[in-house]
Amino acid sequence: MLMTKEAVRPLLEVSGLSVSFTQYTGGLRQKTIQAIVDLSVSVRPGEMLAIVGGSGSGKSLLAHAILGILPGNACVDGRMIYAGEHLTPVRQATLRGREIALIPQSVNFLDPLMRVGAQVRSSSLNGNGAAVQREIFSRYHLAAGTEQLFPFQLSGGMARRVLVATAAAGNARLIIADEPTPGLHSAIVRETLAHLRELSTAGRAVMLITHDITAALETADRIAVFYAGSTVETAPVSDFCGEGELLRHPYSKALWRALPQNGFRPLSGSQPSVDDLPQGCLFAPRCPFASPDCAAVQPELRPLRGGETRCHHAA
Amino acid sequence: MLLFLTGRILRLLTLLAAVSVLSFLLLEASPIDPVRAYVGADMLKVGPEQWAKIAEYWGLDRPLPERLARWSMAVLRGDLGVSMIFRRPVLDVIGERFLASLALMLTAWTFSGIFGFALGTLAGMKQGTWTDRLIKWYCLTLASTPLFWLGLLMLLTFAVWLGWFPVGLGVPAGVPAHEVTLADRVHHLLLPALTLGITGVAGVALHTRQKLVEVLQSDYVLFARARGESGLQLFRRHGLRNIALPVTTLQFASFSELFGGSVLAEQVFSYPGLGQAAVQAGLRGDVPLLLGVVIFSAIFVFSGNLAAELLYRLIDPRLRLKGDPCEQR
Ligand code: SF4
Repeated sequence: MLMTKEAVRPLLEVSGLSVSFTQYTGGLRQKTIQAIVDLSVSVRPGEMLAIVGGSGSGKSLLAHAILGILPGNACVDGRMIYAGEHLTPVRQATLRGREIALIPQSVNFLDPLMRVGAQVRSSSLNGNGAAVQREIFSRYHLAAGTEQLFPFQLSGGMARRVLVATAAAGNARLIIADEPTPGLHSAIVRETLAHLRELSTAGRAVMLITHDITAALETADRIAVFYAGSTVETAPVSDFCGEGELLRHPYSKALWRALPQNGFRPLSGSQPSVDDLPQGCLFAPRCPFASPDCAAVQPELRPLRGGETRCHHAA
Repeated sequence: MLLFLTGRILRLLTLLAAVSVLSFLLLEASPIDPVRAYVGADMLKVGPEQWAKIAEYWGLDRPLPERLARWSMAVLRGDLGVSMIFRRPVLDVIGERFLASLALMLTAWTFSGIFGFALGTLAGMKQGTWTDRLIKWYCLTLASTPLFWLGLLMLLTFAVWLGWFPVGLGVPAGVPAHEVTLADRVHHLLLPALTLGITGVAGVALHTRQKLVEVLQSDYVLFARARGESGLQLFRRHGLRNIALPVTTLQFASFSELFGGSVLAEQVFSYPGLGQAAVQAGLRGDVPLLLGVVIFSAIFVFSGNLAAELLYRLIDPRLRLKGDPCEQR
């Protein structure tokens, strides 16, 4: 199973992506704020990739960067290849909503004054919008009257289903799901994950951005671990087992061991602010294996045992 | 809804009572002498006895509480008394003047609404560009321009210099009332209305722009863009929908500024509206007329605010459908 998936060419390949924002601080003094430093991920059709990282690691911005909907003061660098071609702003504009769909964090991303049915219809651009929308609503067990409701009338679970339906309604080949806002009932989260799994099984490429590693492990095929604006490891889900000896990066191992079922051994310290990054390896200040050259030279992301890692000493 | 309306009506009644009593007392404390207002230019010919007689005729020699009570009773019966300077029932004067003012204010209001909305939308959609900066600069300049100065400028340019419009008044001078046509009235109305409207544009435009910028930065617009919407489609589906209500509401809630502005505009253009009557009544001590105008303007401003609130309740689904289980399913 895994082999056949490996054989398929990635639908989206992001490498060396960086995002920064220019801000004017009083008068004409400019300030650049780094948000994503060096991010590389890829996702294949039929695959579900989870991108896991602490809050403030710039995860949501990845989705916006892929869709090309970052604010005007954002500066994007790096390479994004979609279906074998560069993802230029012009291409992004034609693809978003058609080939690439977003599942946003919360119901606040729906227009508060517009009935939800009409909003879903906007994403199914081809064919009979109303019919497609009704079909998709019934597939997600949304009662017939739901399309007439306004976002504020939806319950948490209904809102989640409407948001997923919005992405599923079109023929998008790539679906990017931003993590649901925390505090949502766990049953609802599980249901959403199951829906995402279904979509990937049906041949779509699904990218789930989340801080909830347990949820990611339950549903995804591969995990990309995100630390201080960079990817530090990508690994198949099966590598997250035992004491984490199959994992390639000290941070992923630490994440794994910090889970309650694995002894709940949290890592001390906190992620460096993306504004004030250490010189060499970003993880060096907290890494138990750090050697002097770690703090001097930043490791590159390199392939290792069917995954990738950004660590000098990983083997 | 019924509860809401009864509440508002009660509030209007208490407001009117408070406003009436307060203005009555204020006028009482002011140096205005109603008899002098009545006597007017004949002052020198009127002796002290006659003076006292007039005061007695109007009941002005009674103690204050009694006068207040009598006046209030009369008002409750719908009798606002007789204007001393016009020597006609206050209600008649107000009715006639108000129609003229209403025409003026409505024209200005519509003009500032449409023009301000268009400018604000343009600036908001092009936020940060030169178009935006130009519109903002124009609005801020306009907002800091005193109305009477703008009025004089308009008068000089369009009435005196270009001669397109009459210099003042509501109807042509020297033409019998029944020969005055609607076109005459419109012709006299346009310049003051334009002046009043232009000063209103700035506020509407800046408010519209700000609301639109807020909406465009919202999560739901971000998501709409993620779904492939952009430009005019985005504006129509989400921008317009979300700014229309706050902007219209503000337009209704601005009746007080509109009324205040019309007082000035009518003064500059000697336009015979309610505002001008109010100024005359104040200057010449016409207490009944002044009180009538105060009550009337309070009702006017109140109805603007009420309209604004009603709009929200009738249109915004979050208020309209709240607590209505049949709709909520
Ligand atoms: S490069 Fe060095 S400091 Fe960084 S993760 Fe690897 S061992 Fe730790």
